[in-house]
Amino acid sequence: MSDVRVELPGGLAVLARLPRDVVVAVAGPVTLGAVLDALEADHPVLRGTIRHGVTGKRRPFIRFFACQRDFSHAAMNAALPEPIASGDEALLIVGAIAGG
Amino acid sequence: MSRVRVLVGTRKGAFVLTADGARRDWAVSGPHFAGWEIYHLKGSPADPGRIYASQSSGWFGQIIQRSDDGGTTWQPVGKDFVYDGIAGTHQWYDGTPHPWEFNRVWHLEPSLADPDTVFAGVEDAALFKSSDGGMTWRELSGLRQHTTGSTWQPGAGGMCLHSILLDPVDLARIYTAISAAGAFRSDDGGESWLPINRGLRSAHIPDPEAAVGHCVHHIALHPSKPERLFMQKHWDVMRSDDAGATWHEISGDLPTDFGFVVDIHAHEPETVFVVPIKSDQEHFPLDGRLAVYRSRSGGGDWERLGKGLPQQDCYVNVLRDAMAVDTLDQCGIYFGTTGGQVFVSPDGGNTWEAIVQNLPAVLSVEVQTLT
Repeated sequence: MSDVRVELPGGLAVLARLPRDVVVAVAGPVTLGAVLDALEADHPVLRGTIRHGVTGKRRPFIRFFACQRDFSHAAMNAALPEPIASGDEALLIVGAIAGG
Repeated sequence: MSRVRVLVGTRKGAFVLTADGARRDWAVSGPHFAGWEIYHLKGSPADPGRIYASQSSGWFGQIIQRSDDGGTTWQPVGKDFVYDGIAGTHQWYDGTPHPWEFNRVWHLEPSLADPDTVFAGVEDAALFKSSDGGMTWRELSGLRQHTTGSTWQPGAGGMCLHSILLDPVDLARIYTAISAAGAFRSDDGGESWLPINRGLRSAHIPDPEAAVGHCVHHIALHPSKPERLFMQKHWDVMRSDDAGATWHEISGDLPTDFGFVVDIHAHEPETVFVVPIKSDQEHFPLDGRLAVYRSRSGGGDWERLGKGLPQQDCYVNVLRDAMAVDTLDQCGIYFGTTGGQVFVSPDGGNTWEAIVQNLPAVLSVEVQTLT
């Protein structure tokens, strides 16, 4: 079990009544999908707000950054860098700059 | 002592405005859901403490919030709006088939009798119903799967189902309106539907009198005369006296018959209100002077009501769900603007004053009369 840090966009932190930084427990390989699954399981109100509730695809204006790398277009089974798995760095879930 | 609670949805949050029956001194609560678009909030007629709110965001999608204490606290409820069966296609702006895609909830209409039952009008146009307080939603797909559904096209604001009217006498009768498909009626609780657009004329479609394709902006009915409907179409103010079977124009002497809102006095079913907007290109009042127009005879002849409203340099719009009336003995009329103003007339439209003037752009206004 890995304790993974996730940084939420402000709007979702308010929605879920959470701090911006949360920790989720991930069983097995620390992939992008596993972290999001754990986050949504812990906080069901977030289901559908990051990934489409039916298709599971990333919402268009959401981005995933980890260790200065862009994982927005990575597959859900993509392994995240070791500093994410160890909890030294956070997976950043970012609301893309949009809307002027 | 009676009180009123005004529910205001804006581009960046919800606001709750409260006052006693005099409607002169107001308390403002909010923003609730700051930063999110609140297309609509509406209270249950059966339980005024129960309020439903549509919260959405281009980033994070759709949330439905529910309050059980009159808007003091909220809890997110169900947000899975899944089209029934194979969603199919409608027409896109260029005439090509386009898959039906859920974008947002435009309007929430709580049941007249049951606080746990609520209807949702969504974009792309469809009607959903919840019977468990918003926890789960089921599409009433007879509307979208009507034989004309594949020909519906979006208006400039998207293909939205924006109006839901529940008949207080014939409880199985529901009306909806869609931009830009038209108005529809169900006589069996929403399972099957008929287009009710005979008499509408729209110059911007190939057949001006087509069965569907009309850009209906809003419809309204009065509870004491539910077979009479009023409509603000893209252009033209219309009335039906036969539950939508036929329509006739009542624009009469309005200075312009373009607009978005239409509403009816709480105690005078012949008294109707609109806010004329200059044109479909210029979404603001004529000459920068904001005015409500009132007809006391069911349309045709209109009087200008501008006392207390900005009479110079006012270039705001009043969107389709942004007018409401209370049911106090002296009926109050309310509307909100894209300039963030919410105005009240405590005397049926004769005089107006601003409750607030600097909110985000107002998307919707509803009023609860509390005793």
